[in-house]
Amino acid sequence: MTIPPVPYDIAPSPAAGLSPEEQQFNDLIAADSRIEPRDWMPEAYRKTLIRQISQHAHSEIIGMQPEGNWITRAPSLKRKAILLAKVQDEAGHGLYLYSAAQTLGITRDEMTDALIAGKARYSSIFNYPSPTWADMGSIGWLVDGAAICNQVPLCRASYGPYGRAMVRICKEESFHQRQGFEILLELMNGTDDQRAMAQESVNRWYWPALQMFGPPDDDSPNSAQSMKWNIKRFSNDELRQRFVGMLVPQAEVLGVTLPDPDLRWNEEKGVYDMGEIDWTEFHEVLQGRGPANARRLQRRRDAHENGRWVREAAAAYARKQAHASTGTALTETAVA
Amino acid sequence: MSAPGASEKEVWPLWEVFVRSSRGISHTHVGSLHAPDATLAVRNARDLYTRRNEGVSIWVVPAEAITTSDPDAKGAFFESPAGKNYRHASYYSKSEGVKHL
Repeated sequence: MTIPPVPYDIAPSPAAGLSPEEQQFNDLIAADSRIEPRDWMPEAYRKTLIRQISQHAHSEIIGMQPEGNWITRAPSLKRKAILLAKVQDEAGHGLYLYSAAQTLGITRDEMTDALIAGKARYSSIFNYPSPTWADMGSIGWLVDGAAICNQVPLCRASYGPYGRAMVRICKEESFHQRQGFEILLELMNGTDDQRAMAQESVNRWYWPALQMFGPPDDDSPNSAQSMKWNIKRFSNDELRQRFVGMLVPQAEVLGVTLPDPDLRWNEEKGVYDMGEIDWTEFHEVLQGRGPANARRLQRRRDAHENGRWVREAAAAYARKQAHASTGTALTETAVA
Repeated sequence: MSAPGASEKEVWPLWEVFVRSSRGISHTHVGSLHAPDATLAVRNARDLYTRRNEGVSIWVVPAEAITTSDPDAKGAFFESPAGKNYRHASYYSKSEGVKHL
């Protein structure tokens, strides 16, 4: 029996007020409950989620590259194993998120195609290169640290599958940040050259990591709606502020200097005052003009293209096995 | 209607994954993945959902093979238990204070 899909695009008739479906959606959001895949939802809610979850998934997948770059050159077998585990986690996080996005009616292939065609966005942070081993420390400490700060509130996102994916991701992510911190700490306890390498790396990653929270609140047009829908729980600036508050004491333990001369405690407000973020750079990188955009996308495209024969061969083999087990004849059209 | 997320348009079908976290506990749905066949679905599920000893047993089910309740009829479909609070122990209050009841 075929049951028709949920008609999620029923517009409420203005005369009759809200449709019962929309009323139910609003009630669920007001009660801070969860929306599940087959529930009616406003088209804009669905689109916002598809955009956000798929961008998030793409970020995890592209995010494998800056660290994958160091797997063969990690300084010890232990570090190599840790880095492999971390990169494997990131692949996993991408897959959890793609699955969550698929429940909204987009296919995995559509998302992959959009990414490799350069039509989809991912976090601008992954368009920076990772030339030194200390970058593995900075990525873990600053980049994963910022990601965790962003992601913990997303565990309570109103869309059920997204929240559940985020719970799993957050559990796994905490090792990422700690191992990064440990890499930097080891370097800071090392030779002068190692300390300089750690500091130079922190200098490069600090500002891009702060940009990961997105543009300032007064320049973030979608934020207010996302907060009304309980997708987003805190504003970009709030999360950024919270992150800096956590970084300062951690930087003291490490003995690194955060590269912001205007960073100082504001007794009155109870938060750290920060210097101006270079939003021109943020927008440039987002528009594809960052130091590694082209390289990252080309790498992903190549991996997808080079893997095509494997995907197709596996699918053909599966069809052949299915036919063999049911005893049906395998025709040319069946394998085509 | 099959589980959400399945599409006939994709090269590899979608599988729903269920993991038994330890002996004595039933398999619980943990998520989904794409795989060309059941053997690879189990293998991928191990790599994707049990990287940290989360399970001792895995089930994979083609998402297409799952039949769900009609999402449009959810109210009516689950109506029958409503108003039947005599099915819960808390309905019976007269035994309050009596031991072992």
